[in-house]
Amino acid sequence: MSFPRPVATMREATGMPTGRLAVWWVIASEIVIFGGILGSYIMHRLGHPEWAHQSIHTNTWIGAFNTFVLLTSSLCAVLAHQEAEKKNGPGAARYLMFTTLGGLTFLIVKSIEWTNEIKHGYTITSNTFWSFYYTAAGLHGLHVLAGMVIMLIVAADARKGKELQRVENIGIYWHFVDVVWIFLFPLLYIAK
Amino acid sequence: MSADAHAHPSYVKIWGILLALLVVSVLGPLLEIRVITLITAFGIAVVKAYIVVRYFMHINLEKKYVAYMVGSMIVLMVLMVGAVTPDVMHHDGANWYNQAAADEVKRGMAAGEKDEHH
Repeated sequence: MSFPRPVATMREATGMPTGRLAVWWVIASEIVIFGGILGSYIMHRLGHPEWAHQSIHTNTWIGAFNTFVLLTSSLCAVLAHQEAEKKNGPGAARYLMFTTLGGLTFLIVKSIEWTNEIKHGYTITSNTFWSFYYTAAGLHGLHVLAGMVIMLIVAADARKGKELQRVENIGIYWHFVDVVWIFLFPLLYIAK
Repeated sequence: MSADAHAHPSYVKIWGILLALLVVSVLGPLLEIRVITLITAFGIAVVKAYIVVRYFMHINLEKKYVAYMVGSMIVLMVLMVGAVTPDVMHHDGANWYNQAAADEVKRGMAAGEKDEHH
């Protein structure tokens, strides 16, 4: 039994592929979600000088390393897009796999970091600073995980030269996840 | 974006600039001067985000309404946070006093100072 291609990949009434427009809408809604969390964090932080005693325990170097990892994975995502534009599916898939590897590295480092912090007694309920820390970084981590899963699916198709337009779509999402981390890093790791 | 719609910049070069900015944003705050921390940590974060959005996400090559759509969300978010911030960051006003928040600050400061002495 065959199914027709979903209309979202073909219709261009808006002047751009609907799939890509959908990704931008996802990002627009994510701005409100992450913006709300970060905005709440900033306004509470300004009113709670005692949080400085807690934030001093986050590890700047680990945060910086993870920023490096995400920036590098973003480079791989945009190189995958470049390969997709050349209709080089296997090349795009290879770069998407590197991007996914970056996401995996990020999550492994994060889990080691969190294990260490929890062992030292800094849990999500120990203080409002840590509540924000685990909520913001945890939600971001879930986005990294979701991006990795989607990227593996897109890469599997791209390897066969199919649905190459999706390489750019998942790339746009991944760069947004990178942008969120670019703001989380100074807020959680540098502002002591 | 179609392949012939635009020439790609050197993505590796842009990545190099992002890494250089990352190094500055980590080293700047080590000087422990408030203004330099604000500029290097938060100012550079804005620059890094702009570079990623422009050169990796190619927002400037999209239809204009994409930027308006994303921009309007940022404006709404800033309005919401801006409207609420004065009541959250201050613990008292002309006709109100947030006892719970003030107590939390006192408790947290005392606990933090105790920790530092150990």
